[in-house]
Amino acid sequence: MKITVNGTPRETGAATLAALLEELGHGGAKVATAVNEGFVPAAQRAATPLRDGDRVEIVAPRQGG
Amino acid sequence: MPVFYETEVTSRLMLGTAQYPSPAILAQAFRRSGAGVATVSLRREAGGERAGQAFWDMIRELGVHVLPNTAGCHSVREAVTTAQMARELFDTNWIKLEVIGNADTLQPDPFGLVEAARILTDEGFAVFPYCTEDLVLCERLIEAGCRVLMPWGAPIGTGLGLNNIYGLRSLRAHFPDLPLVIDAGLGLPSQAAQAMELGYDAVLLNTAVARAGDPAAMAEGFARALEAGRLGFEADPMEPRDMAAPSTPVFGKAVL
Repeated sequence: MKITVNGTPRETGAATLAALLEELGHGGAKVATAVNEGFVPAAQRAATPLRDGDRVEIVAPRQGG
Repeated sequence: MPVFYETEVTSRLMLGTAQYPSPAILAQAFRRSGAGVATVSLRREAGGERAGQAFWDMIRELGVHVLPNTAGCHSVREAVTTAQMARELFDTNWIKLEVIGNADTLQPDPFGLVEAARILTDEGFAVFPYCTEDLVLCERLIEAGCRVLMPWGAPIGTGLGLNNIYGLRSLRAHFPDLPLVIDAGLGLPSQAAQAMELGYDAVLLNTAVARAGDPAAMAEGFARALEAGRLGFEADPMEPRDMAAPSTPVFGKAVL
């Protein structure tokens, strides 16, 4: 299916958000996630299914003012 | 020292972590100034990049309180989701709430700010709203649950100092017991001293330090100015007057 990850279209076979993070190389990384503009806590990633057209955001700590 | 949501901080200086020439200089700026709070943000990360972890390890070594922001958010939804992600990543319920209303001035959207503040307060966040000095907006933010206010001195990154002294003084007078922080717009230590002389509790700045030729020295300069200004405020300054008044006694002067 086709989803969007951090603004970039992507083809994925991952059934869940947790599987997508593994597929992208984020396994164990310090990141937070949102799907379709809604926050998904780390504990719910494995139970969050992905559907065609979903918009996923993956963010990490950065410098800020 | 200021108390934010039952937590006393160790300094009146809150310092941003962006735009420094290097991580080492960032760390020096914190060490030399003794800043007690570091603002941080969230940005997109690619798989395998692990830049977030490296940055987070460096911030933790500073041993300061971390205040995540919602910088760049223009809608309530964006700001709320960003705050929720920040709480999980940084393991704190503190959030510097920015809801930007205009791209040129980066001034807060007061309507979105109040709405987002109410939602986040209900979710258990300790909201630090980046706001203007507008008294009615500030009243609404307090009604929404904010226990600290962070009015701007001037637009972010301008270094123009305190643009509305009357408004800021009036805000201090209206809320004598609420922690008030000047957030954004400062460029020079003297402006931070002025904020202290007005009775403000702290200042939050980033560009003025990070973009100085010697960021660590400038950070220390701000820290000293804050001390000087605060001492001046606590010492109950004299009232200014228009006419001159001799300081040396007139009585006893020889007639020559």
